[in-house]
Amino acid sequence: MLLLALDTATPAVSAALLSCDPAPDGGRPAPRVLAEAREVDARRHGELLLPAVDRVLDEAGLKLDAVTDIVVGVGPGPYTGLRVGLVTAATFGAALDVPVHGLCSLDGIAYAAGIEEPFVVATDARRKEVYWARYADFRTRTTDPAVDRPADIAEQVAGVPAVGAGAVLYDGTFDGLRADGPEHQSAAALGALAAEKLARGETLLPPRPLYLRRPDAQVPANYKVVTPK
Amino acid sequence: MADEPLVLGIETSCDETGVGIVRGHTLLADAIASSVDEHARFGGVVPEVASRAHLEAMVPTIQRALKEAGVAASDLDGIAVTAGPGLAGALLVGTSAAKAYAYALGKPLYGVNHLASHICVDQLEHGALPEPTMALLVSGGHSSLLLAPDITSDVRPLGSTIDDAAGEAFDKVARVLNLGFPGGPVIDRMAREGDPEAIAFPRGLTGSRDPKYDFSFSGLKTAVARWIEAKRAAGEEVPVADVSASFQEAVVDVLTRKAVRACKDHGVDHLMIGGGVAANSRLRAMAERRCEDAGITLRVPRPKLCTDNGAMVAALGAEMVARNRPHSAWELSADSSLPVTEPHVPAPGHEHRHGVPHSHHGHGHSHDHVHEVSKDNLYS
Ligand SMILES: [Zn+2]
Repeated sequence: MLLLALDTATPAVSAALLSCDPAPDGGRPAPRVLAEAREVDARRHGELLLPAVDRVLDEAGLKLDAVTDIVVGVGPGPYTGLRVGLVTAATFGAALDVPVHGLCSLDGIAYAAGIEEPFVVATDARRKEVYWARYADFRTRTTDPAVDRPADIAEQVAGVPAVGAGAVLYDGTFDGLRADGPEHQSAAALGALAAEKLARGETLLPPRPLYLRRPDAQVPANYKVVTPK
Repeated sequence: MADEPLVLGIETSCDETGVGIVRGHTLLADAIASSVDEHARFGGVVPEVASRAHLEAMVPTIQRALKEAGVAASDLDGIAVTAGPGLAGALLVGTSAAKAYAYALGKPLYGVNHLASHICVDQLEHGALPEPTMALLVSGGHSSLLLAPDITSDVRPLGSTIDDAAGEAFDKVARVLNLGFPGGPVIDRMAREGDPEAIAFPRGLTGSRDPKYDFSFSGLKTAVARWIEAKRAAGEEVPVADVSASFQEAVVDVLTRKAVRACKDHGVDHLMIGGGVAANSRLRAMAERRCEDAGITLRVPRPKLCTDNGAMVAALGAEMVARNRPHSAWELSADSSLPVTEPHVPAPGHEHRHGVPHSHHGHGHSHDHVHEVSKDNLYS
């Protein structure tokens, strides 16, 4: 299996190429990261992703058509950037006729954290909110991802080990912040987790965005009267 | 002709997810998924709603277009996409998809201008565009008079609206009349039963000292609203058909008058009208009459090609390929305010090289211009 992993749910624009072949002794296959490209720039996801894909393929000396599976972070994350990864993955999938798997983006950050005890992952949801979820260990999420104001979840996360840019941003609330934990997503971590799950025969998520919020749109009450009073 | 370029075009600048496929000037497929119904209750296009719908519809619409055209993706000569202007988040879905598709297929990518595409689509209806072309583009998002000596490299804005777009005025008047969204088709329908001369609504920017080719519809919209409010305040019934007809007449009168004048002033003997408002029956009728009187040939594509669609993007992309224009880079960014003077967005290093033939179009998006530049240096 040659896996292309993409994630644009956090300020990191990240692409990675992983191979995952059965171990020679028939044991559990170990995913191997062949190349990763990652740039942190929250405003240029659209410009940076395709060149990142091009770079990882170039570095691995492979062409896109060698890829057998695509995995993409489905968020939660700020929507505009998030959609870049999702539509890119979906279009690659259609053009190459290979499966596209979705994975919660927070799970990739949790996996990269490598923490073996209960902890939380929080990313910046903007508007003074965080996207977050709880984990039993780095492979096991125990809550659905949610979007909340830090003050509203302060009791739940007090003293709990925490990673991610949301925890860094609100370290008064996330007072168990692990200073050495990952802040943003790495497609290599996301891809390695996906490879593990696929090797175990697990079905991943459909590649559809986790928005967690409705679009901001007001139904206009009525038109504004223009006749002067 | 089999050797004409086969191009797939993607359009996501507003609320329509459009994918079209053309071969030269021949339309092969025009697949559209619209989110207009989701916007109707908001009385206008909601950008986030549009962007979400584009993501859902993108791949299915590409596949529908390929099936409709009966061509294989591997036979395409290029992928074109609207790079702007438009809604930033919506454009981003289309440009990202186009890049991924072009990259996966190993085809060149052409980021093109939405407005130039609205003009170029007429090639699918009436054959090669005359050069120069005079174009009046009217929709919910634009009201522009453009002179295009070369649709792939030279588009000049003569005038545009200084406030509301023409289509926007239709939407707003429809709202005051409680006719729903979008307003264009319903006002057109209502107006057929009304008297266009019943009410003398103002014609914006038509004074002798006003800008010759610019438009203004905000004052008209307010005048119509006041007129209706006065009727309602007096407890009288609002004559919806007459208001619709008189309002529509005011819009169409100004649009056609200025467009014909631009043709005469610039010695252009034909006019193309595009954009969603070009579907308006009164605009078509009045433009026909005034063009005939002035000895101008009128070109208006069928309504489905006038509203936003992927075929128009494919049409301009095909022209880019046919004229050997440089393709775009993988770094291509969606530009919500892409100037109309930039018909396409070539890779860096190509900006001022229009007209220079490029032999290398198939692959290699980063290096082919290098020897072009060094060749210039060698012989200078
Ligand atoms: Zn348009």
